[in-house]
Amino acid sequence: MDTLALLAHGFTVALSPDNLMWCLLGCLLGTMIGVLPGLGPALTIALLLPITFQVPPEASFILFAGIYYGAMYGGSTTSILLNTPGESATVVTALEGNRMARSGRAGAALATAAIGSFIAGTLGTLGVAFLAPHVVKVALGVDAAGYFSLMVLCFVMVSAVLGSSATRGLTSLALGLLIGMVGIDLQTGQPRFTFGQVALLDGIDVLIVAVGLFAVGETLYVAARRHAGRDEVLPLSGSLYMTRAEWRRSWKPWLRGTAIGFPIGAMPAGGAEIPTFLSYASERRLSDHKAEFGTTGAIEGVAGPEAANNASAAGVMVPLLTLGLPTSATAAILLSAFQSYGLNPGPLLMQTEPDLVWGLIASLLIANVVLLFLNLPMIGLWVKLLRIPPPLLYGGILVFATVGTYGISRSPLDLVLLYAMGAIGLLMRRFDFPTAPVIIGAILGPIAEVQFRRAMMISNGDWTVFFTGTASLGFLILALVAFVAPILLGVRRRRRAAKIPRHG
Amino acid sequence: MAREVARDVRRPIALPETTLGLGVVAVAAVAGWQAAVIPVTPLYARIGPTVFPSVGAVLLGVLGLLLVVQGLRGGWQERAEAEVALDWRALGLIGAGLLANVVLIGPLGFSLSSTVMFTLIAAGFGSRRPARDAAIGLALACAAFFGFAEALGVNIGMGAFERALIHAVGL
Repeated sequence: MDTLALLAHGFTVALSPDNLMWCLLGCLLGTMIGVLPGLGPALTIALLLPITFQVPPEASFILFAGIYYGAMYGGSTTSILLNTPGESATVVTALEGNRMARSGRAGAALATAAIGSFIAGTLGTLGVAFLAPHVVKVALGVDAAGYFSLMVLCFVMVSAVLGSSATRGLTSLALGLLIGMVGIDLQTGQPRFTFGQVALLDGIDVLIVAVGLFAVGETLYVAARRHAGRDEVLPLSGSLYMTRAEWRRSWKPWLRGTAIGFPIGAMPAGGAEIPTFLSYASERRLSDHKAEFGTTGAIEGVAGPEAANNASAAGVMVPLLTLGLPTSATAAILLSAFQSYGLNPGPLLMQTEPDLVWGLIASLLIANVVLLFLNLPMIGLWVKLLRIPPPLLYGGILVFATVGTYGISRSPLDLVLLYAMGAIGLLMRRFDFPTAPVIIGAILGPIAEVQFRRAMMISNGDWTVFFTGTASLGFLILALVAFVAPILLGVRRRRRAAKIPRHG
Repeated sequence: MAREVARDVRRPIALPETTLGLGVVAVAAVAGWQAAVIPVTPLYARIGPTVFPSVGAVLLGVLGLLLVVQGLRGGWQERAEAEVALDWRALGLIGAGLLANVVLIGPLGFSLSSTVMFTLIAAGFGSRRPARDAAIGLALACAAFFGFAEALGVNIGMGAFERALIHAVGL
């Protein structure tokens, strides 16, 4: 019952008038950002990182938490009405949700998405509260070598296993790792990858990488293929109040989606795509209305994946808060916000900063309630955002991108870096490279290097230390299996396909 | 029968993907060179500052070569994506807007520089009303300038325009 007492304490932090205001502001901003196509929570939080210089950590993390959850709610609205998924995790929602909207049931699709998000977000956040202290107990026993190997596992999972191609995912990761190394090496004081530029000695701010890839890259990509056809915004049709039949068809997918999404999100591998696809596949198989899938739109196909998406978003907080491992782009930006306060997320954070951690968890629960009310009755207001003409929308995005980067350093070199990252982002979008591994590599790479050197220092330079510790060896074996298994399975499948006689 | 034929036809080299792979190799080469010139004090020789950069550069180089191989084998880009021709006029206008911002933000200050960028980007997205765009851009930039200055205490680069505006309002 210790957790309940701590959670109650968290509510006293989160319910202070100031923090409630931050939570509300975060939810509003998050929903707005989520609704606007192409903008995500990682970008928004990156642009607001300067706020960490101004307000106490509780306030900014409560704000960021509101944005994080709010963008999830808002993203589903865009998927359903515009069929342009704001981010990869809502691709599945668009499959059935957009079909429902086309057949005049947009209201029910939006309602089941919002209520499912609420249920999954609440259960997932409670899961964080109850699971995190146990993970901390285990994590305290992991040494530097084990930590390094755990990060290797995380790198392999987010880049090689979760995406469409291991080569492209690892290329993104390697690029991020190299970006993360730019600047003075903190342990020896040597400059690395600075090309003699004094301005690069401090390194490349992760903010610039994130804003460049997401805001500038997205703008260039959308502009470059402007004539490829735009999706129309579907009208808000049908009642927002679900019928009894719709409730009956929704509640099981909500719970199943939560059960699929939370554990996968909570693993040090993360990713919201796999749980949403798994949930969609299982709902499609279990549904009594199979004919509606892919035709008029099945409500189960919206309810399940939306719940899985939000539950895994909550689950991502477990490795972030207990191990300091970010498994999504947004989590990586949150990690850099912690660093900006001089805090290191990890097993000790819950002991040294209980106000912050439990206040954050409590405010996530409050944000869920706020978002349910913000999204359902006010949905008409958010839909209006979809009607902003693209010239003004993207012009505005780049003005704010300038604010976020130039405002910190006031160095034109940072703008050049920002736009160069934008050009890289355009290439990555065009050639199907995942962007999250760049951010995760840039932010987690330096931490992995510190752990690596610490382990080598302790072992007096003996490389075998990574294979003798139980935890370290276990993580490395897992990483190897995760990396090799898909390749072997792929070879076997190809061989079998080659053996099947072809009937012409 | 058509399938048999399709299987035997080797897919042509995908030039964009191969070029991209070569670009990645080039970046890796630069990174490897930069890693090699990192000065190392003998004290830290064993686990010094060059280990991670070197590993990163080698990793990127190997991956670049793999991308080149994939490119030579026909590439990976989906048809639907590859068939969309890039709109170079839009990219050119937006690129000009970004360049203008880099050059002008120092001498002109944030608001005016942003207005120029905003107008060029809007034109890149097909807007034909530059006067309206400039007005909206200026209003947005001023809102961002004073909003951020007020809320976050961040000075985003004050120019003559901002100073005149502050003077006029009498702050």
